[in-house]
Amino acid sequence: MSAVVPGPVMVAAGCGGTGRELAAYAGPDGLAGLVFVTRSLTLDPRPASTDPRVAEVPGGLLHDVRLPNPGLEHFLATELPWLVRAGVEVVVSVAGSTMGEYADLARRLSRAPGVAGLEVHLGSPDDVAAGVFETREPFHAASVVAAVRREFPADRPVLAKLRPDASRVVEGARACHEAGATAVVVGNAVPAAFPDGRSAGLGGPAAAPVALRCVLAVARALPAVPVVACGGVHDVASARIYLEAGAVAVQVGSALVHDPTTVTRLRADLAAQHVSHSDPQEDA
Amino acid sequence: MAERVAVGPHEPVHVVGEMVATRRAGAYRHLTLTAPGVPERFRAGTFVAVSVPGHTARRALWVHRVRASSAYGPTLDVVVEPTGPGTTWLASQPVGTPVTLTGPLGRPFALPKDPVACLLVGDGYAAAPMFPLAERLRERGCAVALVVSAPDESRLLSALEARRSARSVTVLTADGSVGRRGTAADHADELVARDVDVVYAAGPAPVLRAVAAAAERHGAWSQVAVEVPTPCGTGLCHGCPLPVVGEDSVDRVVRACTEGPVVRGDRVRWDVL
Repeated sequence: MSAVVPGPVMVAAGCGGTGRELAAYAGPDGLAGLVFVTRSLTLDPRPASTDPRVAEVPGGLLHDVRLPNPGLEHFLATELPWLVRAGVEVVVSVAGSTMGEYADLARRLSRAPGVAGLEVHLGSPDDVAAGVFETREPFHAASVVAAVRREFPADRPVLAKLRPDASRVVEGARACHEAGATAVVVGNAVPAAFPDGRSAGLGGPAAAPVALRCVLAVARALPAVPVVACGGVHDVASARIYLEAGAVAVQVGSALVHDPTTVTRLRADLAAQHVSHSDPQEDA
Repeated sequence: MAERVAVGPHEPVHVVGEMVATRRAGAYRHLTLTAPGVPERFRAGTFVAVSVPGHTARRALWVHRVRASSAYGPTLDVVVEPTGPGTTWLASQPVGTPVTLTGPLGRPFALPKDPVACLLVGDGYAAAPMFPLAERLRERGCAVALVVSAPDESRLLSALEARRSARSVTVLTADGSVGRRGTAADHADELVARDVDVVYAAGPAPVLRAVAAAAERHGAWSQVAVEVPTPCGTGLCHGCPLPVVGEDSVDRVVRACTEGPVVRGDRVRWDVL
């Protein structure tokens, strides 16, 4: 486990609501110590549309990729203080329509008390629909990471979240790591579409084999780059597949829709397994 | 295990319960479930979300009744209309099936402080929460008039039982197969006109819209339980957008599962719903 990357279980961006919704299901210890990646924030609020935003498909969920969020100001005023009070390790996911916006977000978040790290949203299933800076080219993704890294303290992690594009993920991971990303998160939603033709991201177990392929590729090609895996993690077995493939941590997303206690349970189960694995009797 | 006892008296719990009875009622299936902690926390208008094996999204179900004690301990009854793969699975399970659910979820109907005249309108399976609501209102000395409506007789919920829960009962079916012919929307004005202070409604959006509009015309308060598909039910996924107008007259999109399902009828932006 890399000391600089939080883990081993994190809440994936956009899948833990504002954080408050999870509190009722967090167990007796509450959310203390939970690594929580916020929904992707933009400088200005993005209103939610009234179109259906989430739809079920066999093996997973489709979701709208347009990043509705309350904007940075509102987040700093309400959601962040609540998360900090609850003892959450807050990793803020940032998204911008220009490189300058990413840098602005990083600068302002670097001064906000309680921000443990940043996750740079670089792997939208549809950059155009999401209205974010086009980062299909690894060079562009790396430029964004460099811009964020310049504004954010060096002692706090910056994670680069890449799309699970098997043909380019190694290239993207290498570029982002060289640009200063502490780790890469592999396994954003897979580009998809709603039945009515709107752009969507596909998450959940259906996306897991795609994410695994990408995690394996990055872990094999770039052993020095810490990889956080995301896609279909719902129990110890599904998390372990990624950890054995070389990931240092996993993010839990759609599984929380199915069972809001997933992340609490998984933290406890992995900790218990970690203890038992250190006991040689257990492996016999 | 996933179970835990919630701290707050109304905080939802996520538990594994068991199906202890299942019976067909027309087009619906009535399921009786044990769900430790849920019946105790239930208030009329709240709902439960069931995790269906093999499906990521969950199925939200109205609670029809809770029993404080039975041979199985506290139980709750839900009404399921088998329409998709999840509800069909749930409706076809035998007694003894473990059912993982979260509840009670959402905001319940607000009860009046004084004994006032209430009109309750329930359409289809969404009439389920009207029965426990009628009981709570009667305990407070309110005069309760209940309207149970449905497209046809097979989708009419417990009309017989309705007569035990309310002072007056009106049965409406769109095809006229039983009771009066027409929808609750057709008769909304006439129903609300009968000296009603508060209107409570649950059902499809067109019914709620008509009832809320009639309430406004006649100077009554309205509370409607809006049914928007809720993929998680817990507020996490932000997948159940409900367009409303805030107290400050600003248009907003809230989550039907946490800021609802019960909202003031005059606050919903029906034209964009």
